[in-house]
Amino acid sequence: MAGTITSATAISVGAASKEEKARLAAASTQSTVPVKMKINGQPYQFSVDPRTSLLDLLRDHAGLTGTKKGCDHGQCGACTVLTDGKRTLSCMSFAAMNDGRKITTIEGLSSADGHLHPMQQAFIDHDAFQCGYCTPGQILSAVACVHEGHASNEADIREYMSGNICRCAAYPNILAAVKQARDEMEKL
Amino acid sequence: MLPFSYQSVRDVGSAIAEAGEAKEIPPTAAPSQFIAGGTNMSDYMRLGVNRPSHLVDINCIEDRSLKTIEIGDPDIHVGALVRMSEVEDHPEINRRCPMLAESLKLAASRQIRNMASLGGNVLQRTRCEYFREISWPCNKRNPGSGCAAIEGFNRQHAVLGTSDSCIATYHGDFAQALIALDASVDISGQSGKRRIRFAELHRQPGDRPDIETTLRSGEIITAIVVNVPAWAARSRYLKIRDRQSYAFALASIAVAINLDGDIVRDARIGLGGLATVPWRAKAVEEALRNKPLTEESASIAAQAAFVDARPRQHNAFKIELGKQTLVRALLEAREMRI
Repeated sequence: MAGTITSATAISVGAASKEEKARLAAASTQSTVPVKMKINGQPYQFSVDPRTSLLDLLRDHAGLTGTKKGCDHGQCGACTVLTDGKRTLSCMSFAAMNDGRKITTIEGLSSADGHLHPMQQAFIDHDAFQCGYCTPGQILSAVACVHEGHASNEADIREYMSGNICRCAAYPNILAAVKQARDEMEKL
Repeated sequence: MLPFSYQSVRDVGSAIAEAGEAKEIPPTAAPSQFIAGGTNMSDYMRLGVNRPSHLVDINCIEDRSLKTIEIGDPDIHVGALVRMSEVEDHPEINRRCPMLAESLKLAASRQIRNMASLGGNVLQRTRCEYFREISWPCNKRNPGSGCAAIEGFNRQHAVLGTSDSCIATYHGDFAQALIALDASVDISGQSGKRRIRFAELHRQPGDRPDIETTLRSGEIITAIVVNVPAWAARSRYLKIRDRQSYAFALASIAVAINLDGDIVRDARIGLGGLATVPWRAKAVEEALRNKPLTEESASIAAQAAFVDARPRQHNAFKIELGKQTLVRALLEAREMRI
């Protein structure tokens, strides 16, 4: 058994040196990747380091800081955006993987005349936040939750909103807001 | 995060060519790796656990068979790039085999399920905290360095399929439904295509926990094929967690039963949160066969799953939890109206 572990270590060391060579070679041939996307209906063009997350692209390259960085590990939901209409976590996607996609952030939710989306208004009406840091992610997730048809009862809303953590624990108010906005969105 | 280069590809052949082959190196340590949803990959790259120098993005592969669900009888064919939420929402899959859809609905969050591909989902890596944090010794991440979990805080760790080198749990949910149904996986690589049983995809840790699957580097999963018997309409996925939603399983059960009156003619059982790999409880299936399904018979049969269980300091509770979850899942499946 000891022999096996030694050989495993040897393979690992071999892989590391090869890996390092490849990394250096790659770094010299490719430093950035071109990315085109529509964000909130506007066309954008970027040239990004492949390591850039969609979240960092939105905040640091597009200047749209409404999308929040909570954990940066897909555990909190603060970075939720809509990608081609579906809710996703922008921290877990590399920007380069979103070439050609349509992204909606909290900045793109209200209408052109500044009229709030029913979900935004419902969060205000029900005081569905305290510190507000999770709120953009909560609102985008809630909009998608209604569109998916997963907001028909309280149990479903709780289950399908569980990917958005609120450390102020405004959950009862968030639930009330989602119900109000659901009814208004269904009228539209 | 360490630098890497990036290439998006449009077909499976280009993906394989772009990835190349790295002989003797498991795919998880290869310099060139595939990325699909990225929910597991980006996390482990950010943590420094996974360190590819080149990423091959397979999301734009145009071959429809990778992106569609085909409902045949009895085979259901799920392309590897189908997202978790697509199977979760599929009306026919919900009707014909609820446990397949439920195992996905109860996994991760809806945002992650919209992103994660099913090919990637079955290959997700363990959440063992000692694996995730690179300052700890870990035989899986750094072969030969030792295992910090065996004598560490191992409440979440596996009691089945462990070794003296590794006790990390396989946390996936969908895989438990797949192994219960003896699903197959289609694989493409430089040496051609092959189909293997899902049960042959994952490797128990043994003395090489760094080799997690039987995939060779440069090989890609293209589809998952599930033979769904008509009686699998009586199936469910029960998941027990520290919180009610958005958490990994402490114990979970995928169960399908063929009931003839109250007699069990056939049963398929997968155990999640308890083992180092997707785990089929064949001994329990045998113990249930051709007997009436009662709480007592289920309790006796459930013992069989844990005969070889090896608890550690903090996870012995999982054996009792696993048995009780199994009994509850069987009784709930019995009560289903189909």
